Amino acid sequence: MHDFVQHIINGISLGSIYALIALGYTMVYGILKMINFAHSDVYMIGAFAAYYVARWLGIEAQPGIASLLMLILVSMLACGFLGFLIERFAYRPLRKAPKLNILITAIGVSLFLQYSGQVVFGADPKVFPEVMTDYVLLTFGPVELRSFDLTVLGVSLVAMLCLEFLIKKTKVGRAMRAVSSNALVASMLGVNTDKIIAFTFVVGSSLAGVGSVLVGMKYPKIDPLMGMMIGLKAFVAAVLGGIGNIGGAVLGALIMGLSEEMVVAYLSSTYRDAFAFGILIVILIFKPAGLLGKYSVEKV
Amino acid sequence: MKRLLPILCVLFFLGACTKNTNEIVIGEYDSLTGSDATFGLSSNKGVRMAFDEINDAGGIKGKKISLITLDDQGKNEEAASATTRLITHNKVIAIIGGVASGRSKAAAPIAQAHKVPFVSPSSTNPDVTKAGDYIFRVCFIDPFQGLVMAKFARENLNLKKVAILRDVKNDYSVGLSNVFKREFADRGGQIVADLSYQAGDIDFKAQLTEIRSKSPDGIYIPGYYTEVGLIAQQARQLGIKAPLMGGDGWDSDKLSEIGKQAIDGNYYSNHYTTESADPAVTEFIKKFKAKYNETPDALAALGYDAARILAQAIERAPDLSGKAIRDELAKTKDFPGVTGKITLNENRDAVKSAVIIQVEGKNRKFITTINP
Repeated sequence: MHDFVQHIINGISLGSIYALIALGYTMVYGILKMINFAHSDVYMIGAFAAYYVARWLGIEAQPGIASLLMLILVSMLACGFLGFLIERFAYRPLRKAPKLNILITAIGVSLFLQYSGQVVFGADPKVFPEVMTDYVLLTFGPVELRSFDLTVLGVSLVAMLCLEFLIKKTKVGRAMRAVSSNALVASMLGVNTDKIIAFTFVVGSSLAGVGSVLVGMKYPKIDPLMGMMIGLKAFVAAVLGGIGNIGGAVLGALIMGLSEEMVVAYLSSTYRDAFAFGILIVILIFKPAGLLGKYSVEKV
Repeated sequence: MKRLLPILCVLFFLGACTKNTNEIVIGEYDSLTGSDATFGLSSNKGVRMAFDEINDAGGIKGKKISLITLDDQGKNEEAASATTRLITHNKVIAIIGGVASGRSKAAAPIAQAHKVPFVSPSSTNPDVTKAGDYIFRVCFIDPFQGLVMAKFARENLNLKKVAILRDVKNDYSVGLSNVFKREFADRGGQIVADLSYQAGDIDFKAQLTEIRSKSPDGIYIPGYYTEVGLIAQQARQLGIKAPLMGGDGWDSDKLSEIGKQAIDGNYYSNHYTTESADPAVTEFIKKFKAKYNETPDALAALGYDAARILAQAIERAPDLSGKAIRDELAKTKDFPGVTGKITLNENRDAVKSAVIIQVEGKNRKFITTINP
């Protein structure tokens, strides 16, 4: 029983990591109907930006919530700016091209970032500085709830609510929804589509920045290929929850995290990914639009 | 242009000829980028240092060695194509392979088919040299490392119940785990759990929670340092106090940077120790530090030994044909390497001893030597 509770905690904590990255995928898809495969590498660049700034400022010496917030801000700015550049120079020229061209360009940008990362940062893993000290919040017997687990879950839920608010309640959000449902008509009605799309990329990418610092804090090993696996899992989570749906991304990510954890615990660690992805296939057979995809009238 | 072409061809051909007679071209491929690039970079430094020394001393047979290094990006298919390119395009007379066993298995059959001698510095999977009689290695093989750790765990640490956590994507890790499992059980120990992860994972709490429920006396994790550092941290977070044990994949300074205090006090088997008093080792460490400003790890030492064994065989060979070099490589006996006395046996594997190392912060404490 103790182990079961521990597995649940582990699973949710892993799932909330996936959620932070899944939100970026789902947001860009919701507005533009394109899968930004470079998202996971923007996340990697965010981690390195935070790493170098932290070393430059000597943050290791003074861990605490202020340092954490500052690093998150740095990483968000770096990722947001990179997202802006990618949209401006890689995707915008292809706006009118067939969907497939943009998809292939996205994969190209992803590989470009991965391999330039290896040249610029070096291919060996770097150790992320200790921004905050992890401590045990609650214990019942051998089961422990740690502060990092709760922080990551909290941050991903807050990010989800902020996004919902941004898209549903603000003027920019209304413009985003307009671009999402029909870009041409939106532009005729006075929405600056280029600006809105760039804004969407900046917001989506800065979410990756938040994720990268939290992951770096929890698993202090970063390398230029760190985005690959986690990006794939997060993408799958977004599809599982219904890609384009903000709440769905978080739900899908939590299900992914929990199912991976439970497969290792009660079935087989060797076939973890096979089972976890198998669950996805079964869910998609019964709900092709993803768990929450069908119910959202307006996909954002 | 049409009339010029044949002349250009002849010139090019002559150019190629003169180049070939002045120097001996040796090829090397390794992962200079990719997730285990630190291994490849270390090994490459050892190889380069050996050839630079030989060139400074006048080269082999009065000719300078020219080393061509290609990057395999940590991918098996790239290792295969790099090998083909070295042989067909660069016309190398011998190849020094990379670190990872999976990549050596992809590259070795190609070298064998072209009858080009191939020396692997540090691929420990037993199948590597089975590709044919042109394939050699200067390190011990996985069964031996698994056996060494099983012996040490049972006899020196006196452990009874051990759990295994293996990297299921990695031939090396699976090989060590299988042998450890058998040898530990043969010595009266009990394997209470055998779980796996995949290189690139960052969260191991599911496996570790499962292992914790079996309360083992020790955990065998024969993976690479990239994951082992994180595994150690998460194991200690979950309150697992049992010692962790591993193989030479742990051997990197980054291990303790990633694992911090969590990795201290744990054991791994290795090819050599920097604490050795052997003058060959101290001399090597001194020269390496002077050249690269860092302490050589075992992979650098093996790269250095591999390059020197190959150079020595070429020196002894009557001519520069693949067959002649192969025959001399096969005769290597009691070579005084940095990683111990190296004799190549009939399977073209090295027979040598292993050491057990304990992690102590940045230091690597020598515990004991275990002989074949």
